[in-house]
Amino acid sequence: MNTQRTLSKRLWLQRYLLILTLPAVLWMVIFNYIPMYGVIIAFQEYTPFKGFIHSPWLGFDNFKELFADPTFRESLTNTFKISIAKLVFGFPAPIILSLLLNELAFKRFKRIVQSLTYLPYFVSWVLVVGFMYTLLDPETGVVSKLLVKLGIIGSDVMLMGDAHSFLSLVVITEIWKNVGWNSIIYLAAIAGIDPQLYEAAVVDGASRFRRVWHITLPSLKPTIIILLILSIGGLVNSNFDQMFLMQNSMTQDAANVLAVYSYKMGLVSGRFSYGTAIGLFQSLVAFVLMYAANYSSRKLTKESLF
Amino acid sequence: MIKASQSWSGRSFDTLNVILMLGLCIVTLYPFYNIVITSFNDPTDAARGGITFWPRVFSVDNYRIVFRDENMLHAFIITIARTLLGTATAVLFTGAFAYGISKTELIGRRFFLMMAIMTMYFSGGIIPYYLVVAKYLHLKEDFLVYIIPNLFNVFNAIIMLTFFRALPKEIEESAKIDGANDLRIFFQLVLPVSKPVLATIALYNAVSHWNSWYDAMLFGGDKLPTLQQILMQIISSNSNVSQLASQLGFGAVSAASLKLATMVITTLPIVFTYPFVQKYFVQGVMIGSVKG
Repeated sequence: MNTQRTLSKRLWLQRYLLILTLPAVLWMVIFNYIPMYGVIIAFQEYTPFKGFIHSPWLGFDNFKELFADPTFRESLTNTFKISIAKLVFGFPAPIILSLLLNELAFKRFKRIVQSLTYLPYFVSWVLVVGFMYTLLDPETGVVSKLLVKLGIIGSDVMLMGDAHSFLSLVVITEIWKNVGWNSIIYLAAIAGIDPQLYEAAVVDGASRFRRVWHITLPSLKPTIIILLILSIGGLVNSNFDQMFLMQNSMTQDAANVLAVYSYKMGLVSGRFSYGTAIGLFQSLVAFVLMYAANYSSRKLTKESLF
Repeated sequence: MIKASQSWSGRSFDTLNVILMLGLCIVTLYPFYNIVITSFNDPTDAARGGITFWPRVFSVDNYRIVFRDENMLHAFIITIARTLLGTATAVLFTGAFAYGISKTELIGRRFFLMMAIMTMYFSGGIIPYYLVVAKYLHLKEDFLVYIIPNLFNVFNAIIMLTFFRALPKEIEESAKIDGANDLRIFFQLVLPVSKPVLATIALYNAVSHWNSWYDAMLFGGDKLPTLQQILMQIISSNSNVSQLASQLGFGAVSAASLKLATMVITTLPIVFTYPFVQKYFVQGVMIGSVKG
């Protein structure tokens, strides 16, 4: 009785604070938690008329169909192929960039390069894909003309329509768009390294390369590991925007990743339950991967995200 | 330090590094430069290709075609409206939540924070989300579908929370003694001293509103086009531009014009404001990374 009175009294005292906080809590319930509950339609035969609650149950039928579906298997392979390529080439890129930027003697030039390389992060994937169609046009594109001159491609190759070039284009544009922005966090970590370490190394006669190898990189290790765990968790999430926008009638098999397939099945073909099952599978794999990466990192390096 | 870089290998590395970084700048900027010069070239002439460094036949025809297009003007107005309104409302809404849970005395604070953090790791995926917005909230083809679902962002909330927590407590406490309530303190004391973080969050929101095409594709239909969505439609039918051109009722050259000029128009606001606001963008990463 007493505690109840004090609780209501506290609530009343905090009424204005609650007015500020609760709208966003309600928003999360509607836009995050009800959709999370809505995942149950992966186990149903969802019909819009019956809704989340009254649609008939199917058990694991959608998943049985999924694992027998060749297009699903293809999208799973594509997802891993693209994500691993991005991880192998895209993950080290900002680390290398930050190390190179850090070696620049003119600080003003360094700042200019930094600012310029952040820019692509702020334009949309729509625009980036627009750039690609413009620059890689076989007849008018400046970049494809250059590649022909360098003998890298034949004269009438339409790169955007070439399924074999798709993976390279995905990785290159991903790096182009994000390398600068992703280097910020490493540059901040480098800026936080104690200068005395470098001074001592110079006294000991360590070369520049050795200073980077023995001081800078080890200091970056915690940052690198945290970001690596996050990247591994994101392995199945292969950037919907980029894949969806880069695909066309000639590359759609190569661009068919889980996120795109889920969208196509669920919202284009209207098979809501089947599409949700694909999405749920993707989330589960992402969670398991992140958990495994975190666990092994904690065991091996004592660094972990949670 | 100086001694090492004066050695032969040190200097040649420095030279190579500068060249590499210059190359990176060119690779970053050239695509922007290329579409600008091509967009200012006569469209028929541009179809011959070979525009590399400057326009060959200067013309503003591309822009004339775009600004004559009613759908495009409509999209322009919608995009500007959602950017302004969406940014202002999202900053306030997310900021209010962040301020609330920055107060240790708030009942349920840990639970609300946990709720927010959970959404960073778990989501229902796109289809249940679509069903909630379209079938249950009936927001399809309603302008509010651009505003309400973007009111809150958990990453922005955490950046703001970190900022509010670091504010000195004294001012708020003395205002409380003077009888000001939490609402007044938030709006009249806290918001004015939080301009740096508000600017950062406003910019993040503005960029994401300006760049959005996905919600327009899902929920906007033909009634509520955004610039990026139109650009997306032009680009995704690029492999057969002529087909699109006949759909829209003009020649293939005009479809290419439309694409180039729209690309430039949608990008210029970002490119031009970028140098002035860049420090605010970076600030957000710094505040955010302290936490995460």
